[in-house]
Amino acid sequence: MATVSPAVDQTPAAADPIDPESAEWLGALASRGEQREAALARLHEMLLRIAHRECRRRGPRLRITGPELDDLAYQAAADALVAITRKLGQFRGESRFTTWAYKFVIFEVSDKIGRHFWRNPGVRLDAEDWEKLPDQFGFEPAREAEWRDLLAALRRAVDTELSPRQRRVFVAIVVNAVPLDALVIELGSSRGAIYKMMFDARRKLRAALAANGYMGHYTAGRS
Amino acid sequence: MNGYSALDRFLRTDPRDVGCSQAMEILHVYAELMAAGEPTGQRYPGISAHLQACGPCGEDFEGLLAALRDETR
Repeated sequence: MATVSPAVDQTPAAADPIDPESAEWLGALASRGEQREAALARLHEMLLRIAHRECRRRGPRLRITGPELDDLAYQAAADALVAITRKLGQFRGESRFTTWAYKFVIFEVSDKIGRHFWRNPGVRLDAEDWEKLPDQFGFEPAREAEWRDLLAALRRAVDTELSPRQRRVFVAIVVNAVPLDALVIELGSSRGAIYKMMFDARRKLRAALAANGYMGHYTAGRS
Repeated sequence: MNGYSALDRFLRTDPRDVGCSQAMEILHVYAELMAAGEPTGQRYPGISAHLQACGPCGEDFEGLLAALRDETR
């Protein structure tokens, strides 16, 4: 079985010298008393700014606005601060400390947005609205005669080639347009595990369509 | 992009793709190199492949990169 490659890239140097500004952050956050409190307050302020900025960047596509978006940013910044202080010993100086810290708040924004998705009472995980599939890929209704067979073959391959769990994940993400991070929360899984499942499903479906003469015939020269 | 190319692109998998865990692990390093104009694709081909294919990790990367670029303005 093909897998998502475990480690093909270079590992960053583990013993990079830590730059002075990052060292100052580490020293202050590892200290006690007022110095630590001041560093925590400053870091929280920075995380909150990044969280607000990221929420504003993603907000328009998510239909989350106003106080709800602000609340999401506050939660993300607070949870990121907890994660950073807990994992401070894992910072190895491969980047500036602030870049490493920003990563946590970006991840928290993603997590909060994934959770927010399920607040919509109209969303159902197990619904299967295959009529939406052409639209998900941008197939034009006026040209249905050209793509009907291809999508029928894709649906057959989903039913015959995928495991029940792969099929469930495929239907949720591709057919019902459930965001991957939202599905992670609903299934109590991880982003990596769901991505891997989709990676294997995509590979199987492509092979099945190619074996039946669909991929080359339908996609060559049409992009 | 039409439906055919969108489906083709979606089903295409890159064997260099490292997956979410490794990408998330060094996203800060990758983003900082990218912000500095370094050739990230050569040094981290598996991360590049993953960020192009994985919507959530790609979104996180764009957010982190935007934060870094905002700082330098």
